[in-house]
Amino acid sequence: MTDIGFVRSDLVEARPAPVRTTGAIAWAQKNLFSTPLDTVLTILGLLFLAWIVPPLYGFFFGNAVGPNGTVEQCRMENAGACWAYISSEMEFFIYGFYDIPEQWRPNIVFALGALLLVPLLIPKAPFKKTNAVLFLAVYPIVSYFLLAGGVFGLREIPTEKWGGLLVTLILSVIGITLSFPLGVILALGRQSSMPIIKTVCVGFIELIRAVPLITILFMASIMLPLFMPQGMTVDKFLRAIVGVTLFTSAYVAEVVRGGLQAIPRGQYEAASALGLGYWKRMWFIILPQALKHVIPGIVNNFIALFKDTSLVYIVGMKDLLEAVKTKNDTALEWQSGNTATTGYIFAAMVFWVFCFGMSRYSIYMERRLNTGYKR
Amino acid sequence: MQKQLVTLAASAMLSLTAVSAQAAILDDVKAKGYVQCGVTGGVPGFSAPDSNNVWTGIEVDFCRAMAAAIFNDADAVRYTSLTSQERFTALSSGEVDVLSRTTTWTMSRDTQLGISFVGTMFYDGQGFMVRKEDGIASALDLSGAAICIESGTTTELNAADYFAANKMEFNTVVFVDQDEVVKAYEDGRCDVYTTDSSALAAERSKFANPDDHIILPEIISKEPLGPVVRSGDSQWFNLARWTYFALLEAEELGVTSANVDEMLGSDNPAIKRLLGVEGDFGTPLGITKDWAYQIVKLVGNYAETYDRNVGPSTPIGLERGLNALWKDGGIQYAPPIR
Amino acid sequence: MTTRDLGHDAAPRVSFYNDPKIRGYIYQFIVAAVLVGFIFWIVKNTAANLAAQNKTTGFDFLWKTAGFDISFSLLPWSRASFYWEAFLVGILNTLLVAFIGIILATMLGFTLGIARLSSNFIISSLATIYIEVIRNIPLLLQLFFWYFAVLKAMPAVRNSIALPFDAFINQRGIMVPRPIPDEQFGFTWIGIALAIAAVIALRIWAKRRLEATGQRFPVFLVGLAILIVIPTIVFVVSGASVAFELPVLERFNFKGGLQIPPEFAALLLGLTIYTAAFIAETVRGGIQAVNHGQTEAAQSLGLKDNDRLRLIVIPQAMRVIVPPLTSQYLNLTKNSSLGAAIGYQELFNVFGGTSLNQTGRAIECIAMVMLVYLTFSLLTSALMNWYNARVKLVER
Repeated sequence: MTDIGFVRSDLVEARPAPVRTTGAIAWAQKNLFSTPLDTVLTILGLLFLAWIVPPLYGFFFGNAVGPNGTVEQCRMENAGACWAYISSEMEFFIYGFYDIPEQWRPNIVFALGALLLVPLLIPKAPFKKTNAVLFLAVYPIVSYFLLAGGVFGLREIPTEKWGGLLVTLILSVIGITLSFPLGVILALGRQSSMPIIKTVCVGFIELIRAVPLITILFMASIMLPLFMPQGMTVDKFLRAIVGVTLFTSAYVAEVVRGGLQAIPRGQYEAASALGLGYWKRMWFIILPQALKHVIPGIVNNFIALFKDTSLVYIVGMKDLLEAVKTKNDTALEWQSGNTATTGYIFAAMVFWVFCFGMSRYSIYMERRLNTGYKR
Repeated sequence: MQKQLVTLAASAMLSLTAVSAQAAILDDVKAKGYVQCGVTGGVPGFSAPDSNNVWTGIEVDFCRAMAAAIFNDADAVRYTSLTSQERFTALSSGEVDVLSRTTTWTMSRDTQLGISFVGTMFYDGQGFMVRKEDGIASALDLSGAAICIESGTTTELNAADYFAANKMEFNTVVFVDQDEVVKAYEDGRCDVYTTDSSALAAERSKFANPDDHIILPEIISKEPLGPVVRSGDSQWFNLARWTYFALLEAEELGVTSANVDEMLGSDNPAIKRLLGVEGDFGTPLGITKDWAYQIVKLVGNYAETYDRNVGPSTPIGLERGLNALWKDGGIQYAPPIR
Repeated sequence: MTTRDLGHDAAPRVSFYNDPKIRGYIYQFIVAAVLVGFIFWIVKNTAANLAAQNKTTGFDFLWKTAGFDISFSLLPWSRASFYWEAFLVGILNTLLVAFIGIILATMLGFTLGIARLSSNFIISSLATIYIEVIRNIPLLLQLFFWYFAVLKAMPAVRNSIALPFDAFINQRGIMVPRPIPDEQFGFTWIGIALAIAAVIALRIWAKRRLEATGQRFPVFLVGLAILIVIPTIVFVVSGASVAFELPVLERFNFKGGLQIPPEFAALLLGLTIYTAAFIAETVRGGIQAVNHGQTEAAQSLGLKDNDRLRLIVIPQAMRVIVPPLTSQYLNLTKNSSLGAAIGYQELFNVFGGTSLNQTGRAIECIAMVMLVYLTFSLLTSALMNWYNARVKLVER
């Protein structure tokens, strides 16, 4: 027993090589078939895809009638999406009733907007400050006069004729540019130590956030005229902008408040110690940090605003959704089984592209700005 | 630079708000150069834009007639399409100068909303449209049916009254927007679509197969449809009212847009007065004395606008019926111009 | 503005307009004055406008006969009902769709949120696609799509699809038999109440025992058994019976039974699908917010996977999830007002639409509608504050 009990004399059998961790099979094993439950889920998922993808493909591409097709093709049995309808009514979906010979004006506005917006969104592009002033202050005014006309020899086109994507974009761009500063001011007001200002801001924010947008739009469209002095009228368009802006600003304010609360007290105190006044303290020290924290939240609100512009349809304005619906219901020459569905899908795709773009950009921005916190 | 920007922005905002003087609508209208006319979003024959946003319809013609009387230019009209919720507020707040939007003249509206009905451009009544395949002959067969209605209209109340009075059951499906009502009926959500029978005919004309639908003979209400103006400006009210009467008077005297220039030389004193050859009836209204000449020349008389927009030769195909002149068995009647 | 930090007492004399405290008063005074002036201006204008329109104001119209019909109502409704009854019907219809919508959206949303975090590639991609597509399309558009697309796809009344148990589905909705309990059924309600009380008591007892002895008790299974067994026994013993009123096809439509109109179905479907996408993101965020160290610590304590999730991860995730979750619930409730566009007779449609039009009392009607939503919102945030206080991290 005191001797060494056992000394191994032969080699241990070689173990099998470890499972490959790279390559398609390994990937599948890890991501699709790691457990029995996983395998079941994978099979169910694949069955679901097999069930849904072919008809969708058929609807969108396989059996769809291309942009140059005819209504007869759309009316055929088994026809898919009627893209010909979209392409033939495209002008209406974009401009509404905007006079056709004058459509170069919205086109310039679109182009100008893209021209100013793109460099603003690319972090490396120079002249940010000038660019921002141009986009936020000059551009809306220029666009307004260009679109409405009545000056510089441009024919006047009343806002009633504006429609389609044009209206959706105008409402959202103006809504976003106005609701952001308003939201920041409301958030600052809510954090203020002055009781009256604080109460006013809290009351406003909570009231607006509590009610559905549709009631606010209704108020703007039906009751606002009652609130104005007799004989004074406010353009329908402006009323919708006011409604959408007030609504979004309350939500932006709440998001910004979250950011303000996340700033450590030390930052406020340090800024005060430097002898900065309230506005300088906020502008140079607090807000840059706070806003950085809440970019995703703010962009989410802008996305919501963009989607919410579709509600102006209920108060009788002609946005993209209204344009599509009008044509769906009234374009007799395009009536077929899938016309209306195609119209809705087209509108959905347009909204989706804008909203998804915004959300991707916000994720990109968030990552970029986060670098400061990485160590 | 900043200052100029602010000024420009302010002027952009201001141009979207308009302050009009209180006193006279006519002066405002003359100053801005057009009549702002509140219309429906699209009832063919009454007011509807075509694909180029050119508005047509019997109600549109009324606005055009007013513009013709004021500006000698029937195109000096701008249209605001209004939902039935907005229409009265839009009128009383001054957003539109005249509301010509299939609006039923009722006592409570006339007395409680601060608006005045000008007259009855179109005598109508509420009817029912059903699918032919359902084999319904009378509204009394409708017990248990599902009915599509636009919310906030007299239609909604009349239907409830009618079914209650006849002890019939029914199911309403109420939409805020008229287009949805029609769409839901067309898609089979309802057995019945009810509204003013003229509008039923108009909507039927828009269907893919109008012949699959019939309008039941019963008319369950009186729906006098007419233009409306704000209360409190009798000059504007009179202008609107006599525009309507001039349309009727021209028909009665046989003056049409085709023969109006010949008629200037007519010996008939009534025609002379109408066309401003004899006497001056325009100046007291604040317009020129050839106002009715301009209306007939540029828009036509009542019969012309009726036939052009809703008459038997149009897809809507409504007979004159009650809307014929009094001497033709109808009840359209204009006081004399003298 | 803020006087706290500056300690101006110690500061040398400054002219009064530079004193932050006095400045603060001045600012507030200006704001208050502008606000009061603004409100006064609006009230004055409104009064003048109403006078010019010869309109009456006040809430007396609530006691007038409504005269219109509401076909989908939880309360008895006839055209002789009053406007205040219409108001109640609207609120109840809103609450009904919101309540069911919240339950369904929560179930779907949690499933999707967990699926998105799944290690299974196909499942997580499907969930991601769903969320990204649905979130970025306006709800109103989705509602139109569901309503009109589904309406078109359904068969006409006479070609209804018959489902088992005498249920039917067609363009006019879904018709199912309506259970009509007899008088004896009252005992069963008492039985159900007793069972619920018993389950609550069991839960408290089990928790005490767990704290005292460390032994666990399968509360869920036993509770479920109690909930089923007690009412069943009472039902059988009391000799109650439930009759069923079957939907019968009449000349135009089905009559009798429980009828779910397509407007309700489409709104519910739309709200559920839309809100679930947002809830899924909330859930994902909540689960991801739980520090990975917590999972590792739980594993090193030897907790099983199931217990680790149930006792460590989920309770911590819930603290993050619940506040945004409630605001999603509130959003769903507010969004139900879009039902007006597809003909569902919820609060806004009944009161902001029809009643407003028939009475012409725009201010009163809109104010009442807003007040209801405001109440919902305040109640929810009160509940939230209570919850937040309860689950607050107690830091040492």
